[in-house]
Order: sequence, then structure tokens, then C-alpha cells
Amino acid sequence: MSTVAPSVSSSGLAGLELAPEAHQPTWVTKMRTSSQQWVAEHGFPTLKDEDWKYTRIKTVLEAPFQIAQPLTSWLPSTDEIDELAGDLGGPRLVFINGHFVAQLSSLTDLSGGVRATSLASALVEDATLLEPIFADNLAGYRHAFTALNAAIGQDGAFIQIPADTIISAPIHLVFLSNADTSTVVTSPRSVVLVGARSQATIVETYVGIAGVYLTNAVTEVILEEGAKVEHYKIQDEADTAFHFGALHVRPGRNSNFSTHGLALGGAIARHEVWVRLESEGAEVSLNGLYLPTGNQHHDNPTLVEHIAPHCTSRQLYKGILSGHARGVFNGRIVVGHEALDSDASQTNKNLLLSDTAEVDTRPRLEIFTDDVRCTHGAAVGQLDEEAVFYLRSRGVPQLEARGVLTYAFAGEMLDLIAIEPLRSHVENKVALRLGAGGVEVQR
Amino acid sequence: MILQIENLHASIGGIEILKGVNLEVRAGEVHAIMGPNGSGKSTLASVLAGRENYEVSGRVLYEGQDLLALPAEDRAAAGVFLAFQYPVEIPGVGNLYFIRTALNAIRRKRGEDPIDAMDFLALARERMRLVEMDESFMNRSVNEGFSGGEKKRNEIFQMAVLEPKLAILDETDSGLDIDALRVVAQGVNALRNEDRAMLVITHYQRLLDYIVPDFVHVFADGRIVRSGDKDLALELEEHGYAEIAAS
Repeated sequence: MSTVAPSVSSSGLAGLELAPEAHQPTWVTKMRTSSQQWVAEHGFPTLKDEDWKYTRIKTVLEAPFQIAQPLTSWLPSTDEIDELAGDLGGPRLVFINGHFVAQLSSLTDLSGGVRATSLASALVEDATLLEPIFADNLAGYRHAFTALNAAIGQDGAFIQIPADTIISAPIHLVFLSNADTSTVVTSPRSVVLVGARSQATIVETYVGIAGVYLTNAVTEVILEEGAKVEHYKIQDEADTAFHFGALHVRPGRNSNFSTHGLALGGAIARHEVWVRLESEGAEVSLNGLYLPTGNQHHDNPTLVEHIAPHCTSRQLYKGILSGHARGVFNGRIVVGHEALDSDASQTNKNLLLSDTAEVDTRPRLEIFTDDVRCTHGAAVGQLDEEAVFYLRSRGVPQLEARGVLTYAFAGEMLDLIAIEPLRSHVENKVALRLGAGGVEVQR
Repeated sequence: MILQIENLHASIGGIEILKGVNLEVRAGEVHAIMGPNGSGKSTLASVLAGRENYEVSGRVLYEGQDLLALPAEDRAAAGVFLAFQYPVEIPGVGNLYFIRTALNAIRRKRGEDPIDAMDFLALARERMRLVEMDESFMNRSVNEGFSGGEKKRNEIFQMAVLEPKLAILDETDSGLDIDALRVVAQGVNALRNEDRAMLVITHYQRLLDYIVPDFVHVFADGRIVRSGDKDLALELEEHGYAEIAAS
């Protein structure tokens, strides 16, 4: 960790490179080199790529980014972290600019056999366990950002839960970014391994303090047979920041995975979910709520690959857009030849609060078998004026009536949050964000 | 005098629907407005409640103030209530939350403090009993998945909580079976008092067996063509609208 020699970028993101570290396993060095090559060969995505069609990233590629180093000039208090990310009452791993900060983290509540630590230390201590996971991923880069994460990512969370273990308290991963003094790219890489029949809740919170920075995060969740994972991702980056996050999920046989993504911050933010249903009987549900306002751009690509038979996937994404904001839902479902008895559904609903906000909703279904139930629907609309009048006729002023109805649109997603302290934290954030978009929310 | 309507005209998309309505309603009175479909009864209700898609002329005084100058929410705060013919479904907004938001908005406008949560719950429970509404309806989304009868009960429940001075019931009997009609009428009757006036708009005489009006007005082609006491409703039942309107 301590002997990193960063190189200052001369040509934006593509020029970033890490010097090898002292105790680094050979495969890590090789992986970084080959990932670097992947980026060089394939280049960064353009509007010609189907998955990036609506997201212009020129400003991101040209920013004078440096690789984020451990930050010594800023250390928040526990109270500040509670305020920024919520206090969920369970174990909490805190990262600043992508680097684990042990003294701010609390891992006391974890029972025997459960590992929750920094990826940097796991790469040294559990190199043999991690090697196949990283090697496997190398074959599957879908774009240069995940490859870049592998090339220059040094740290993140490593969670390993043995079989037959039920963890009721949520494990909270808090990624704080502060680019007050320099323009940095942080590359958190998190790996969550959940053993057979085990259950856990993982919450990722990305909070930005200040400045121009890029969070280029990759989180990988691997579920063994019969495991159950509830995952949350709260993206609350600074409005001047960029966030490209990728969540890769590999559910085991008869496992159950659900994720709830909330996009609040970022100038350009992209939250990508990729699920590979390679084992029979798995059930996944992907939920997302995005609330861009002002000039924010929120992109939500999903890829659900039904490869094995008897799997179920559900997607429900909702957007509330105001100002000049732009939103994208780009949802792709692929049902392969052998994925018999697949059940896939996808719904995207958008509420436009201004004439200048815009949303692109694009379902892409590719089905290669007959034995499948596959539904999708997309809607873009304004508030129901009949409902506005109903509220007004009962005495609720116009703006407040609009606020009640707008919040109710988001409410369907917020009600899905099973952890009470997280739900109330998120409800406050959503009310603030809608308020910034001119919505009067009284709760 | 609670309500004074003078030569009220209303049109929508260039088509005139109300063609000079005149009506006076005093505190404590129940007026029935009866008329065939398309005669403009519901438009009268909408215009009084403050729906904005109409071109309106004429004069409406509510307790001496110009009602037409007020936005819908201010009319509600002043004590005007419309029971909708087609109550709106609002997914994601709890029924009790909805009515508490409304009550507190009205109280705020009147310079009163918001109602205490426990007091509100007690009030809501009591008023729900008035229309025999199950408490499970408290936290369901407003009108979502309610049957026709449940929606109408919910309207009367809201009216009972907001305690208006002028209640306009727009075809409250439509879509109700006889049991639901009895319950809804019973709720309405319980809310009759000497300070409150009601305008009961209906197509059928049936409702007036349960809510007995002080006055009956026959509405045809955008205006009131005949007025009388409750016996006029029976006459209508016997002879039909065409004959009465022509006579």
C-alpha cells in the first residue's frame, strides 16, 4: 500500500498507470498490465456504443485526473459520517478517496467466520482466493471503465461470509470522496462472497464532499447455492463529480439477490448492473430510482443474462426528472437457448417535471428460446392533473399537492427499503433532492 | 346566505354548458339538483369547486365573497367541499395521510395549529364509523382498488373530517347498490345541521328517499327550469324530465 508511485496523467484517463507495489502478487501485476492493454486496445466508449448511446463522456475523458492517494488532510468524525451516510447500526467500512480507513471503520459486530476487510489487505492475505475471481472478470470487460478499475484500482471492500450464516445487521460500505485539493479518480473495487444458504444485507453509500473527481467503482457479488443477499447502493456524489459504477452479480443455484439503486448526485452518473444467471432457479430483482435535476445526467444500464433454466428476473426503475436533467434507462435482457422456463420482467416509469427535462428509455430484449415469460413496459409522463385537482379541492395548495404526488411516485421505491434507519436517511435525501428540483415536499 | 349564484355561465372548448344558473342556498338547507345526463349538473359542481378548465361568467357569492376569484384550495379552506362523482385513485398516497394533509393545510390557512397526531387518529376513527368504513382503509392508497361503494364512502368520510359549510355531492348515488346507498345517505344525514348547506346532485329520485331535501330544482339544458319542495322529485319520477322541463 505505502509504496505506490503514481504517475501524473498527461492524456486524461487513458494515460493513468500504477507502479507495482512491493508485496503485490505476480498475478495482480499481470492483471494490471493486461487491463491497461485492454483499455489501450479497445479505447473508451463513444456514443456509437449501444450501451453508451445517450451518455456523452468527453468531459470525463479530458479532465486532468490523477490517481487518488490516501488523503491525510481530511478526516471526518464518526458523527459526520453518520450525517453523510446514515448510521445503520451494523458493521461499517469507511473509505476515503477509495482507500480503506481502519480508524473510522467499525467491524465489531461480525460473528466468527465472517470476513470484512479492505481489498488491499485481502489481495495480500487471500491472493489465491481472489485470483480466479479477478481472472474470470478479465474475460468479461464490457467497456474500458471496468478495465481501468482493474488496472489502477488498489482498494475496496472484501466481504466473505461462510456457508449457513445469517447476518441480520446490514454491512455498510461508505465511500467518501473529497477532491477539494486535486482532481482525482478513485477506483473502489469490492468483492462480496456469500456462502451457501447464508443471508446478508450489503449497503454501498457513495458520498462526495467537494471538487471534481471520478468514482469508477466495480462491485462484484457472488452468491453460492441458496444464498440470499439484499443489496443497496446510494449514490450521493458531489454535483460536480462523475460516478461510473458497475455492479456485477453471479447468483448461484436457487439463490436470491435483490438490489436497490438510488441515484442522487453527480454531474454525469452511471449505475450499471450486470447479472449473469448461470445457475438454475435463481431469482433476482433490480430496482432503481434516479432523480436528476439541474443539468445532471443519470444513466441506468442493466444487462440480465438468462443462461440457465428456471431463473426469474424482475426490474423496476423509476425516474423523476426536473430542470434540464437527462435520464437514461437502457435495459437489456438476453434469454439464451438453454434458459428454459425463464421469467423476466422489466418496467421503467418516468415523471418529467419540466419541459426541458428529457429521458431516453430503451428496453432491449433478445430471446433465443420459446419457453419464456418476458414482459416489459416503459412510461414517460407528467403528474396526473386530475389527482392534483383532487388534492386542491380538499384544501392542499397547488405546489404542495404536486409535492405530495411527486413524492408518492418515488414512494413506491422507498417503501422497498427494508432497513428502517436506511429508509429514513434515504427519505430525507430524496426530499432534499426533489426540493432542489423545485418540488415542495412536506413530510 | 351561504351561496348566491347569479346568471352563471360556463363553457368549455367554445361549447356553452351552463346557460344562466340562478340559485340561493341558506345555512341548514339541503337542495337537490335533478336533471338528465348531459344537462350540466356536474359542470355546476365542478365550477363551484374551482376546476379551472371552464370559461366562466356571472357571479357566485359564498358567504358574501366572490367564490369564482378563489383557487380551488382556498375554496376548500373557506368551507366548500365537493364529493366527486368519480373519486381519483392516487397510488402511493395513504388515505389517512391524504386527509390529514388536507385538514392541516386548511387549518394552516385559517391560522390554526396542525392537529395533534393522536387527536387526528381519534377523529378519523370516529368519522370512519359514520360511514361504516373498515380501519384497513386508513393506510391503503387513496381510492386505489376501492370498489365504487368504498370510493363514495371515502368521499363522505373526507367530508366528515373536513366539516365543510357547503357540501356539494355530485352523483354520490351513482354506482351504489342499495346497501351502500343506505350507508352513504346515513353518513350524509348525520352531517346535516343548521350551519351546513348541501347541494345534492342526482339523476335519480332514489337517493332522495334517503336524503330528504328541503328544495328540489330541475336542471335542463344548462339552467334550472323548475324549483319546488321534495314533492317535485316525486312528480319527476312519475312524469319524467321531458314533461316537467317542458311544462
